[in-house]
Parts: sequence; structure tokens; C-alpha cells
Amino acid sequence: MDAIRILIADDNQIDRMVLSRIVRNQGHEVYEVANGVEAIEGYSSFRPDLILMDVMMPEMNGKEATRHIKANAGEDFVPIIFLTSLTDAQSLADCLGSGGDDFLSKPYNPTILQAKISSFSRMRQMHQTLQHQRDMIASNNEHLMHEQQVAKAVFDNVAHDGCLSADNIRYMLSPLSVFNGDVLLAAQKPAGGMHVLLGDFTGHGLPAAIGAMPLAEIFYGMTAKGFAIREILREINLKLKGILPVGFFCCAVVVDLNIERKNASVWMGGVPDCYLLRNNGKVETLTSRYLPLGVLSNEQFNDDLTEFPMAEGDRLFLWSDGILEARNQNGEMFGEQRLRHIFDHAHAELDVFEQIQQQLAQFTAGSERDDDTTLIEVRMLQESIRTDLDMHLDSGPLSGPIDWEMEYRLGPDTLKNFNPLPLMIHIMMEVPGLRAMGGQLYTVMAELFSNSFEHGVLGLDSSLKNSADGFVQYYREREKQLQVLQQGHIHITLSHQGDGRSGALTIRIEDSGAGFDYGGIQGQKNPYSGRGIPLISQVCESLNYLGKGNIVEAVIRWPVSPDKRTH
Amino acid sequence: MTVQASLAGNGRELTIKIDGRFDFSAHQEFRDAYEGVSSQVNCYTVDMGGTSYLDSSALGMLLLLRDHAGGDSADVTIVNCNQDVRKILTISNFEQLFKIQ
Repeated sequence: MDAIRILIADDNQIDRMVLSRIVRNQGHEVYEVANGVEAIEGYSSFRPDLILMDVMMPEMNGKEATRHIKANAGEDFVPIIFLTSLTDAQSLADCLGSGGDDFLSKPYNPTILQAKISSFSRMRQMHQTLQHQRDMIASNNEHLMHEQQVAKAVFDNVAHDGCLSADNIRYMLSPLSVFNGDVLLAAQKPAGGMHVLLGDFTGHGLPAAIGAMPLAEIFYGMTAKGFAIREILREINLKLKGILPVGFFCCAVVVDLNIERKNASVWMGGVPDCYLLRNNGKVETLTSRYLPLGVLSNEQFNDDLTEFPMAEGDRLFLWSDGILEARNQNGEMFGEQRLRHIFDHAHAELDVFEQIQQQLAQFTAGSERDDDTTLIEVRMLQESIRTDLDMHLDSGPLSGPIDWEMEYRLGPDTLKNFNPLPLMIHIMMEVPGLRAMGGQLYTVMAELFSNSFEHGVLGLDSSLKNSADGFVQYYREREKQLQVLQQGHIHITLSHQGDGRSGALTIRIEDSGAGFDYGGIQGQKNPYSGRGIPLISQVCESLNYLGKGNIVEAVIRWPVSPDKRTH
Repeated sequence: MTVQASLAGNGRELTIKIDGRFDFSAHQEFRDAYEGVSSQVNCYTVDMGGTSYLDSSALGMLLLLRDHAGGDSADVTIVNCNQDVRKILTISNFEQLFKIQ
């Protein structure tokens, strides 16, 4: 056994010397005192591992001194063994009652003394180990909490709220949701409308949060650059498949809300049934058709969307399984039936979103909340929300490309399955003065490009779109032509001139088509087609058709004069 | 929760039976059930006759088994699911990855 430090308190000098000799002979270090007051001082100065304490002493007796020392020791364990010539049971019991840990009767038996010292020494070590481990756990936990806060702050910057605060959205999300694996993202598309994503990662804690970061970055980044929702889905799936270990994935429901066309394209993988609540109270069920994100390779991944026409005021309700699995005190789950019940009894005066919140709160009252109940309501609007970003231009000339020109020629195979708009927008956005016009530039590019492609390269007749039936036929025809496309091209030229405080961007798109008689196009107005051109005229300083009608040239000036910023 | 594994068909068919809640607590046992057996096994059956509940980490474990059994060429069948378990597998569209009977 290792040598320890022992304090001996006894007013009888002979007894003290005898005990001290025995203990020293066993190899321990000894400090001797003659009364209780000295014992308290000795404890502070000598810091003994164990105390042998006489009960009856002058100045202060052993029991009193023990109470003081135990109080001073706090959480530390200092074994105190009482030395006594008393033998009756009550006296011995009193010794332990006053805080002593054991007693030793005089005259001392060296063998028993040694056994007791080593036994308490073991106990003290065990106590120290326990204390140490407890402190380590506490400090690790504190460390972890701190790390989570930092991670959460980083996550909030990457996966910011986007446009979750838009008028047509209501949502419920636990503040620490990132660590229960739920993500809720919404972003406005450059051309109006919005993308919404509700995701639920397998597992909890950091693994879930780590997967959510690239997901949010891709979602916001690609939406802002004008990518279509299918391309975004593919990119997210590819990324998650690449970075998440097998067995980790993200159940998700993704919505592309198209306000102009009044429909929602929905992709669902691994989430429970969601509902579409019509204006008239009718409920339609949306069902997952695909595997969660991050399970399949991109070759096997299916990005088909289901389209739901939506009238103004129709609402989509999306959630993760947290709501269905929320438990009450008896361990019962909230379940699909209770949720469905709310919808089946929906009427004009009833706020369904509030009802779900209320009933869920009532149901789970008194039970430990799992706290991963994520819910979002997305309402169809009458008109696109368009927020013009204010230009925060510093005084001083702007850096960035000012005088440049680029040409991009796309052949038939490229046109079939590649969307050049994000790349084009990306190049324009390098000009600081154009950044604030991202949405308008996108609209102009999208409109001009699809006109050149559909009417020029594919040769589709826009007059088809004059009726609702023709509209459907038009898109059917477009699909057909696209399949058999073998020749044709589109030639895009972008050029920019400016002085750093103002500038002009020229977009020129030439297609291989036959062109058209562009004399009368400006006056045309019908609800199905030609919508694009007046809109573009509003943004562009000039818009001209050239050649045989297969070339269009638009000029956009910045900064925008105030009268052009109204829509 | 208990996980039992048994071999049949000359050591080529492995049946893993899960009783009770199938969640993260079964993680190690479930892995041991197929990782420890001979590499001759080419046909896997997961018997959920006694499985009362399935959570998303259990779905993850099934994907791990599928990966172990050869990924896209894996022969994994899930049998005897009760209604709740079946529903969870259906929501996740796992019938696209596993034979469910």
C-alpha cells in the first residue's frame, strides 16, 4: 500500500506516541496534535489523507472537531477514525453519529489498525476517482453544449430563415431543431414564386446537423441562381449520398410553388402523408413516392414531381413524422387519425394551423416533449411576391467586370438537357450594379431564351397557347419535339459597358429558327401567351427583334430609374 | 428487444428475427447478427413477426444490411410485418429496395 499522510489527535502524550510509532513503522507520514482546535488547524496546514481522533480532549473534543473538519472538507472525503477506550454500544454509535467513519478501541491492535488504514485509503481513492470522473463529465458536457451553440450559430448563418417570414408561410420549428435532425428552408425564386424544403435527417445530434449544412447551402445557393427544383434535388441527393455514411439519410418534402401558373410541384421521399387543403374545405392527400434523399445514387434517383393546381388561398400542410409520433403521458402517439380529424372538420372560421398546434399541446401536456414537431403551412397567393433588394452601393467606384463580352453557342444535344440560365445569370451577377436586379434579369433571360428555343429551334406555334386546351397541347408538343431534336442552335451574346457607377447590359439571342413577322407583337394581349414580352419591356430600356425575327436584342441599364421599379 | 439469427439452406440463407422495438438500441446486436456469419450467405430474411415498432435508425440499419449483402444486387426479404411496421416501410418507400412480404 502507498504511504499516506495521517493526522493523530490525542491529548494523552503516551497514547499518542504509541500510536504514532505503530503508524510510522508502517511507513506513513504523521502529524501530531493534542486537542480539537489544533486538529482543525492541522487539517488545514497538513492536509492529511486520514485522521485518527481521540474522543475526549480539552479545548475542543473530538466530535466537535470532526464536525468542523467535515464541514471544511466539503466534497472531499477525509476518513476520520475515532480512538476510544469506551466499549458500550451507545458511545460507539454516537461516534459515528457525529460524522466519524469508524472507531478503534484502545489498546491498539497494530494488525487491525493497518487493515483499517488501508481499507479507508482504498475508499478515499475510489472517492477521488469518482469525483474526478464526475468533474470530467461535467466539463465535457459544458464543452459539448458550448460546441453545440457555436455549431448552431454557424448553422443559422448557412441555413438562415430564407423567406420563411413571407406572408403566405406559417411554421412551427423547435429552436434547437438542427440537433433533432429537422430542417425547414424556404427561398424565393429569382423569377418569383418560391421553393420550400422540409427535411428530417436520421438520428439526432451532430450527425444530423452536419448533413443539414450542405443541404441548406445547395438549396439556397441553387435557388438564388435560378436552378429548377429538380436540378436542386439531384444535387442535394448526390451530395448527401456522397457525404453521409450508409444508413443515414434525409426524409424530405420539397415544393416548387409557382404563383404565376397557380400550381405546386411536389417531391416527397420518406415523409408521412401531407395534405392540401382547398379553399372550399376539401382535403387532398399527398403521398411519398420515393426513397429519402441520400439513399440512391443519382442514376437511380427519381426526380419526378407531382403537380397540384392550386387556387389562391389553397394551402399545403407539410410535416415530418415528429407530429405523428408526439406522445402523451401514457406513451400513446398523436397519430394520423387525430391529425386527419382536424382537416376533415375544417371550415372557413377554423384556423387549421392553430388547431393543430392547440390539439398537439393538449395531447402532449404533462408528458416529456420530444420537441421535434416541425410543421409548415404554405398558402397560394394571387400575385408573385417580388422584393427588390435595395442597392447598397458604397460611395466610390465599384470594382468588378465593367467592359466585357461573351458568346455562348448551344448545340442540339446541349439544348435537350441543359439549362444555361444559371450560368448566364452567374456571369451577369459578377457586375455589382446588376446584382440588385437578379430577379428581373432572370425573368428577361428566361423569357427570351424560352421564346428562342420553343418558337425558334423547336418551331412551336405560340398561337396554340390562345386557349386552355391549346396550352396543354402546346406543352405536349414541346415534349415531343424535344425528344426528336437533332439540329439547331442558340447563340447567346452578353456584353456590358459602364463606368462603375452606371452601365448597360446587352443580351442578344439568335436562334436557328425561321423567325417571325415581329411587326405586331407589341400590341398582342391574351391571358395565355405573350405575357412575357410586356413584362420584359418594363425592365429593359429597349427590346428589338432583328433579322428575320430570329434575333432578339435587349438592353438593360443600371442603376434603375425609380419609375421602373414599380411592378 | 431481442435479435436472433439462424442459418438455413446449407449456410446460404440467414434469417434475422427481431422482437420488440427495433430502434437504435438494437444497433450492435443487429450488426453482429450478420457480420459474424460466414461469407457464404447470399440470401437474407429479416423476420419482423415480433417487431412492434420501427424508427428511422432501424431503417438505417436495414440499409446497412442491404449494403453488406451486396448493395443493389442484395437479396434481402422482410417478412411478417405488422400493420404499423408495414406502414413505416411504405412511407419510406423501402419496397423499392427490399422485397417485403
